[in-house]
Amino acid sequence: MQTMCNKVDVVHVPDGFLDPATSVSTGVLAAGTVALALNRARAELDDRTAPLAGLTAAFVFAGQMINFPVAAGTSGHLIGAVLTAVLVGPWTALLCMTAVLLVQAVLFADGGLTALGTNVTLMGLLAVLVGYGVFRGLAAVLPRTRTGVLTAAGGAAFLSVPAAALTFVGLFALGGAVDLPLGAVASAMTGVHLLIGLGEAAITVAVVGAVLAVRPDLVHGAQGLRTAAALQDRRPTAAGAAR
Amino acid sequence: MTSRGRTLWIVGVVVALAVAGIVSWYASGSPDGLEWAAEQAGFAHTAEGSATAGSPFADYLWNGEENRLSAGASGVVGVLVTLGLAGGVTWLVRRRGTPAGKN
Repeated sequence: MQTMCNKVDVVHVPDGFLDPATSVSTGVLAAGTVALALNRARAELDDRTAPLAGLTAAFVFAGQMINFPVAAGTSGHLIGAVLTAVLVGPWTALLCMTAVLLVQAVLFADGGLTALGTNVTLMGLLAVLVGYGVFRGLAAVLPRTRTGVLTAAGGAAFLSVPAAALTFVGLFALGGAVDLPLGAVASAMTGVHLLIGLGEAAITVAVVGAVLAVRPDLVHGAQGLRTAAALQDRRPTAAGAAR
Repeated sequence: MTSRGRTLWIVGVVVALAVAGIVSWYASGSPDGLEWAAEQAGFAHTAEGSATAGSPFADYLWNGEENRLSAGASGVVGVLVTLGLAGGVTWLVRRRGTPAGKN
């Protein structure tokens, strides 16, 4: 049976795909943004939300292990950037994604060490930036209901995957190890990652929906719902609600 | 943490451990999107082995042993290490002393 024990093969960007100059550049960009996030995440984290952040990172690590089949002979896995940003906030999400990618690169040899900056840039910075931006945009025009928040999260999660894939194509154009027609790289990357985006959206909606069902007050991206949630839920505190 | 917060956290950790330790046995072994695209477009051969390939947990297997215990244990270790790292960092940078002394 093929499914008896598949080698888990998450596969992030390995060493070698991009030249040293590009890897150093993404490394500097990633390090700078993570340093900024260490400062900014403070506003998103308190005694109640910090434990959820650690849990979300652990869940993203676990979720990324599950490669799901997409088209014939291909698989995809969760990124988790939108899921994390909606649950605990975008700056905290960057810290969580970086922790996941660091553990994967160092302990599990998944994603190269010299490519760590690239992976943080793509699956942390870019996926959070685009995904959370799209989430905010959609949430602003959708009804301030649970369904509205979940629709925005699903749409953002879907788009975050091809966005990260296309950004990789851009990096490959700048510093790919070999000269290849960009169209071929772009079309190969986009098609399969659009399909993977559907899985990303499904997992994101399921997880955010589950947390919204039990603790809507803890969900960063559902702050607009807090008043409504507080009516049917135990009110946190006046000070907590005012934050 | 309130008791409901603690319940959510414990349930969440158990789910993450189960996903990484057990559900991962059934993950698809097909090449993932990037790997597939790299083969299609013709740059898969430029991948280099990781400097950490000698890690006892490389490729999510304990010492490269391809069995459920090895894969499951790797997943469990990964969840716990990630929980410790991300949980530790976010706990350290959080705002201290929630207003009104809640929790």
